[in-house]
Amino acid sequence: MAQEDIFYDVLIVGGGHAGAQLAITLRQMGFAGSVAIVGAEHVPPYERPPLSKEYLSGAKSFERILIRPESFWGERNVAMILGERVMSVDPGKKRIVTASGRSMGYGSLVWAAGGSPRRLACAGSDASNIHVVRNLADVDAIAAALPQVTHVTIVGGGYIGLEAAAVMRKMDKAVTLLEVGPRLLGRVTGEALSAFVDEFHRAKGVDVRTATGLASFETQDGRVVAAVLDNGQRIATDMVIAGIGIVPEVGALQDAGASVANGVMVDACCRTSLPDIFAIGDCAASPNPWADGAHIRVESVQNANDQAKIVANLLMDVDKPVDAMPWFWSNQYDLKLQSVGLSMGHDLQLVRGDRATASFSILYLREGRLIAVDTVNRVKDYVQARALVAAGARLDASLAVDPDIALKDVVAAAA
Amino acid sequence: MVHLNITDRAGVEHVVEAQTGLSLMEAIREAGFDDLMALCGGCCSCATCHVYVDDGDGAFKAVSEDENDLLDSSDHRQANSRLSCQLVLTAAADGLRATIAPED
Repeated sequence: MAQEDIFYDVLIVGGGHAGAQLAITLRQMGFAGSVAIVGAEHVPPYERPPLSKEYLSGAKSFERILIRPESFWGERNVAMILGERVMSVDPGKKRIVTASGRSMGYGSLVWAAGGSPRRLACAGSDASNIHVVRNLADVDAIAAALPQVTHVTIVGGGYIGLEAAAVMRKMDKAVTLLEVGPRLLGRVTGEALSAFVDEFHRAKGVDVRTATGLASFETQDGRVVAAVLDNGQRIATDMVIAGIGIVPEVGALQDAGASVANGVMVDACCRTSLPDIFAIGDCAASPNPWADGAHIRVESVQNANDQAKIVANLLMDVDKPVDAMPWFWSNQYDLKLQSVGLSMGHDLQLVRGDRATASFSILYLREGRLIAVDTVNRVKDYVQARALVAAGARLDASLAVDPDIALKDVVAAAA
Repeated sequence: MVHLNITDRAGVEHVVEAQTGLSLMEAIREAGFDDLMALCGGCCSCATCHVYVDDGDGAFKAVSEDENDLLDSSDHRQANSRLSCQLVLTAAADGLRATIAPED
């Protein structure tokens, strides 16, 4: 039965960016209590963004993408309980139970379990050569299969799918990319960037099919041999990569009675509806000041780190605001895409610079104020936009579209 | 292997051994410092691996335009500021002195 002797002052569920950063920050701030990370994977925390890029291409070994060297955790007295999933939470007794039956008590529980890749549901979706990109094991499976692959079908035209397409083209694979929506990156960026990214991937040889759904997979011996599209077309393929989003990993918290919608509902300090239980990172739906206070999940390294800091401050009783302005990056081919702010709710989009030069920015305004910027190979705009978005600056639209005038110099005179 | 002298945010200098071929950011992380965020993992997309190269900047390539722009986002930029992810260690970096810049 329950082993009452295992107790951690702070028990972190999830060894991704958020969980790792929380443990690091707590120790940095001098937290003297016991800290453990329970992680579903068998390896210490690593950076996810390079998995599908530098790691898959072989440019960086796994050791080089570790968030901290393996020895760090022991030196900082952070217990790493790996290969374990938390199956149940008892918020009254303040205990959790893992899949292998280990029971642990906690003072504070921080749920940083992220999400699992959404799986395809059409006929044939249980085939063995359908892959996802989330964990080390996912990417190792792709790497192991790649030598025998000539054609890859990527399902989903978001960042994961597009980055995968870029990597596959670099490896000289034929690539078809299917996006059911009318445009690439439709959920996150404006039309101008979608159109540019679409053209760019096509120019690199990707067969981009927007507004195209998947009807089924044709399989042989448990392997996909062709993707059948909703228009009846058949595309012979020998690997499928699904990049259609994640399902937040919240089951055990929900069962325990936590308020869950699209993710665990938390307040501005990442507190769930249950006492002494917090949620951070990809799985947490928090009221976002950059989205008018709406509860949203932000899947990014920035968000994971900032929410970790918010909880660390709270646990350490440090009253220090965390500037959690959203920012994001994506690398595809030689494109450096960077974003700051959240563009949802904009009423005006300005394109700054010429798309044909592959160096331009999109400015998103709402009621005259700059709320977000996407930049393509324009780091200077990105850097200057950070200050302007933070300030909610009003821009002079006629000047802002001139790429030769520094962004910081296009702030409108006070109305 | 090269020897580097790294001063942490508390002002304490540490001598660390590092493998050539790694970036200075990776070497600092590998040595167990916990104050360098390096959020983008070294792809020159943020400025959270900011250091001051006190001595030995000649061992590295000059600042690129992107690095220069990103450094501009820091309130703590100095003449010797660099993003440590952009500094690839070679034998010439032996004896380098660098200080982790304050957090922005």
